[in-house]
Amino acid sequence: MTEHATDQQINSSSDIVPAISVEGVSYNYGKRLALDDVSFDVHPGQFTALLGANGAGKSTLLSLITRLFDTPNGTISIDGKSFASHGSKALAPLGVVFQQTTLDLDLSVRQNLRYFARLRGLPSAVASQRIEETLSALEMYERVDERVRDLNGGHRRRVEIARSMLHKPKLLLLDEPTVGLDIQTRRVIVDHIHKLASENDVAVLWTTHLMDEIWDDDHLIVLDKGKIIEDGTVKDILAKNEASSVSDVFESIINQAEERLK
Amino acid sequence: MMNGLMIRALYGILYREFLRFFQQRARFLSALVRPLIWLLVFSAGWRQTQGLAPYPPYETYIPYEVYMIPGLCAMIQLFNGMQSSLSMIYDREMGSMRVLLTTPLPRWFILVSRLFAGVAVSLLQVYAFLAIAFFCTYFEIIELDIPTLGYITVIPALLISGFMLGALGMALSATVKQLENFAGVMNFVIFPMFFISSALFPLWRIKDLSYTFYQMCIYNPFTYAVELIRFALHGQFYVEGALVVGATSLIALFLAIYAYDPSRGLKAKGKRG
Repeated sequence: MTEHATDQQINSSSDIVPAISVEGVSYNYGKRLALDDVSFDVHPGQFTALLGANGAGKSTLLSLITRLFDTPNGTISIDGKSFASHGSKALAPLGVVFQQTTLDLDLSVRQNLRYFARLRGLPSAVASQRIEETLSALEMYERVDERVRDLNGGHRRRVEIARSMLHKPKLLLLDEPTVGLDIQTRRVIVDHIHKLASENDVAVLWTTHLMDEIWDDDHLIVLDKGKIIEDGTVKDILAKNEASSVSDVFESIINQAEERLK
Repeated sequence: MMNGLMIRALYGILYREFLRFFQQRARFLSALVRPLIWLLVFSAGWRQTQGLAPYPPYETYIPYEVYMIPGLCAMIQLFNGMQSSLSMIYDREMGSMRVLLTTPLPRWFILVSRLFAGVAVSLLQVYAFLAIAFFCTYFEIIELDIPTLGYITVIPALLISGFMLGALGMALSATVKQLENFAGVMNFVIFPMFFISSALFPLWRIKDLSYTFYQMCIYNPFTYAVELIRFALHGQFYVEGALVVGATSLIALFLAIYAYDPSRGLKAKGKRG
């Protein structure tokens, strides 16, 4: 699909509009090619794990999807609206949890969430209600008036997830959200996001290099050196590669890809 | 045309800026102490040696502190503008800027809103300073003669000059890659802008002293911000100053929007992976 593809063309390929559609996206830093003709879709209710080693192109891809970088080649559409046609308005159905903490440490949890709710245009009463709902779901409401600086890493991460859900996004994008967290907190967060996807019909794009965060029913995309080398359900990919775990298949795929390059 | 989302977002950006400002009490105090030291110490010393002849907008001989007040108001705004740019760099390093840039708001609107919030904070600082100066006059510590109406007519001048200094700071913030480099901005931007201007000495006196220095002053947009505030405090409108300050604001804002464009400014700073 070309850079100037219309929204109608994108939508006509399927009855269900993908929460995100990435078509033929390439990106380079000077002479170094970071992404090479990347295409994939993520549908509502689907938990998609984007797996790749360091330097695979995950963060570049996320910067393009969040429009922090301009997309020079290819098309990215969120809920059927491409950046090329709709500009920043296409970001409306997107919720993001960045790898790095992006909360204001000197403000309280409530102040941080209120600020974000206003940026998303939520009226005050709705914002208050959503703040209570999303924090309660993550067992954080009792700490709503504490300063973020006084929270530990796991609690800060929960606040970020609550924040990303305030405006009820159709697509939730999480960039290695469990880095640096203990096993129990990781499990709580992974379970919560899987539940969000299945119960609330939210499309989730979760980047990671931790295999135990990926479940058998998940959709898996493996990125290596800027190229997608696997795209399908975990079960299908395991069967295709005759492997018993995602970890084995990841290692095998990367090795095969490196062999081909030699 | 602003829609509901934009109005709420602008309110949100103002809300955060004021929350941060009131939590950083040291910032508020330093914003006041700096010009007050200049006013109470520097001007008191200089008033004995500086005879200031009537020169527009002044109609009579004036004490030196009267002359200094507009320059000190502009100084507050200059430091606040640079503080805002420091805050932009901090937000970029801490990732808060990413949260703003991934909202469905146009990038120009985000930057203008940040600017507007910074100007609102600078107005608060300037009025706090003017209030203290007023009380100092009441207790005859200094001799300050500003017409009552001047406290109102100065608002548009403060808005436009605050906007220019904020926009300059914002454009600068796009070029400074790390927080540590901000000390360079202090040395190479704030001090030359303040001292090479009409903030401390009248242009006619500078011209008598050194024609080269005078030329440098009249090419400094800060001079026009100071003069705009000076005339406005006395209920007069300085057209040339408004034009220069307005034009500089637009150029700086354009540069800032260009630098923060997703295809340009942040590209070089993006994390690769």
